[in-house]
Amino acid sequence: MSAAATSLASAHGADDRQTIIGYNEDVVRAFSIATVLWALFGLAVGVWVALLLAFPGMNVGEFLTFGRLRPVHTSGVILGFGGNALLATSLYVVQRTCRTGLWGGPKLASFLFWGYNAFLVAAMVSYPLGLTQSQEYAEPEWFLDIWLTVVWLTYLAIFVGTLAIRREPHIYVANWFFLAFILTVSVLQVVNNAAVPISWTSTKSYSAYSGVQSAMIQWWYGHNMVGFWLTAGFIGMMYYFVPKQADRPIYSYRLSIVHFWALVFLYIWAGPHHLHYTALPDWTQTLGAAFSIMLWMPSWGGMINGIMTLSGAWSKLRTDPILRFLVVAVAFYGMSTFEGPLMALKPVNALSHYTDWTVGHVHSGALGWVALMAFGSLYHMVPKLWSTRLWSIKLVEVHFWLASIGIVLYITSMWVSGITQGLMWKAYDEFGFLQYSFTDSVAMLHPYYVVRALGGMFFLAGGILFAINIFMTIFDAPARRRSDAGLRAQLAPAE
Amino acid sequence: MNHSLIEKSAALLFMLTFIVISIGGLVQIVPLFKIDTTVTKVEGMRPYTPLEQLGRNIYTREGCYTCHSQMIRPFRDEVERYGHYSIPAESMYDHPFLWGSKRTGPDLARVGGKYSNAWQLAHLIHPQSVVPVSIMPSYAFLKDKPLYVDDLNLHMSALKTVGVPYDDEMIASAHADLEAQATGQGATEALLKRYPKAKLGDFDGDPSRITEMDALIAYLQVLGTLVDFSEPDASSATPSK
Repeated sequence: MSAAATSLASAHGADDRQTIIGYNEDVVRAFSIATVLWALFGLAVGVWVALLLAFPGMNVGEFLTFGRLRPVHTSGVILGFGGNALLATSLYVVQRTCRTGLWGGPKLASFLFWGYNAFLVAAMVSYPLGLTQSQEYAEPEWFLDIWLTVVWLTYLAIFVGTLAIRREPHIYVANWFFLAFILTVSVLQVVNNAAVPISWTSTKSYSAYSGVQSAMIQWWYGHNMVGFWLTAGFIGMMYYFVPKQADRPIYSYRLSIVHFWALVFLYIWAGPHHLHYTALPDWTQTLGAAFSIMLWMPSWGGMINGIMTLSGAWSKLRTDPILRFLVVAVAFYGMSTFEGPLMALKPVNALSHYTDWTVGHVHSGALGWVALMAFGSLYHMVPKLWSTRLWSIKLVEVHFWLASIGIVLYITSMWVSGITQGLMWKAYDEFGFLQYSFTDSVAMLHPYYVVRALGGMFFLAGGILFAINIFMTIFDAPARRRSDAGLRAQLAPAE
Repeated sequence: MNHSLIEKSAALLFMLTFIVISIGGLVQIVPLFKIDTTVTKVEGMRPYTPLEQLGRNIYTREGCYTCHSQMIRPFRDEVERYGHYSIPAESMYDHPFLWGSKRTGPDLARVGGKYSNAWQLAHLIHPQSVVPVSIMPSYAFLKDKPLYVDDLNLHMSALKTVGVPYDDEMIASAHADLEAQATGQGATEALLKRYPKAKLGDFDGDPSRITEMDALIAYLQVLGTLVDFSEPDASSATPSK
């Protein structure tokens, strides 16, 4: 099973690895390694496409233009990095909090790992070849969608099955969020990808929906990929790894109940804020804006519950860079869920829509919240999975600062370029003519695009240190276990 | 209510979550298929010609939507810059929609007829030759790729299945229509009868063959040109939002 993990482990003596009897940790190890690899890939492609916008001469040939590579970046980070991180952590958490192994056995779990990652590789190959549904974050063509649906329903079955055979009376709060994420994504995936292939042997299909309906369904999908994939799932991560790393209980049980139900109910309505002032009927836009404002509360409920879990343990932030990753992630969650409803207000959206401000907003969530949460969780989880300690805490510290600098460069450059774009498009001169041509607003972008690419490079550099640290932890684990065991033996009191 | 009931039953948690996440989507999506005012039919809208549709497929293949929107909002600056704001009927035959979410480049909802074929060709081959500050990649390779038309009827049939009103005659004459439009010769009258306002002629400057460049420019040149907003009738047919 999960050859990647097994070969890594066995090459260095799997015998002395402590596996908790009955838990399927092999599949969690495999997903963890995949998370690291997809993080490197997705971030590197991100830097590359950022450079393509700053230096368009770097677009070469037919297959590697910005238009074809952009989904390679978005799928690489969201589905590849984020997806594998969610699979790794959810399967880790559900077993430990239910005190039982995975439902369906190791073969089904192995299918989930290989099925999901085969889908990702196929998708990454298909976009440069020009195979795409041209729907953002739902680019894979119909045959890949069918495959992903099978894999995803397997995931749902394994997760729900494991909840059903649990040996704990209560279902832990992290699992509510993981369940909501897996279940909602199943619904989104099936509904938004309804399409008719032109023949069973062709890669091309046409969406079942057109125009207004197509737009509404796509952004119902798109926004809830943010709401459930990048939010609910990662809140599940927060509810396990923040209390674990801080060694404190969750701040408020009652708050977790209220913000869970409010979040899953309200998020689904927010999609139309991506379609303000478009040909979508106005009543739908108004609903989208209203529910986006309401989302403020459950979002901040989650943030408060995560951050306040540290009450009484704030000093750990100074000494524990892993905890700092987790807590700063939650802080970024608070920040971007403040900015989001603001941008969903129609007057603000009139300025921000179609500009780089949206891109900056997405990245304050994606880099600040999602990526930092995934890094922090893996720093906590990987040493546990390989029964060892982290190779270098110092390196975690350096990673933290590289990532932070990268995020700041990224989001500030996009704020400035986005708001400037929006203002230039709307500017009138004293004679009542449009002040700027569109090309003026393009020429203005260059320095900001250079700074953005630089921010991406900082973040990628941190990601490389992350990969080194994780892989060294894994390679070093057998030797470290032996020396630790020796140390324990020496320190054993004489009888 | 005692929440521990839900926490102790995976089935209950599953069902309640499913119900709660379904409500918003049902309220916002289902009526769009039922309410007449979602899309008001307007004079002039027609399905794409076979050449335009294949051009649209190249537009999606290249990911043009990642930098160009096709949705003009009802603001003074946008209407002055791009033309009449977009109305729902104008994308009613778009499977899927291509409204986009980002304007790294300008909106293209009404780019049709704004520039000559020669300008479009020069721009796609080397964007900086006509727009020096452009950051768009070159699409010169489209000119060297013959347009693949062997499965044209399959495309038309699939679109018919999802609701585009192509009739049997349109499907049967798809190849003839495509050739007539791309060369400006042959059965052009029949083509224009089926697809009014279709732009005819050799789009890529090479009359010897039909390339992907022909198809893409034919698509760009039809964008936003089908509804005539200069007639008072057309704008009154615009659904009030």
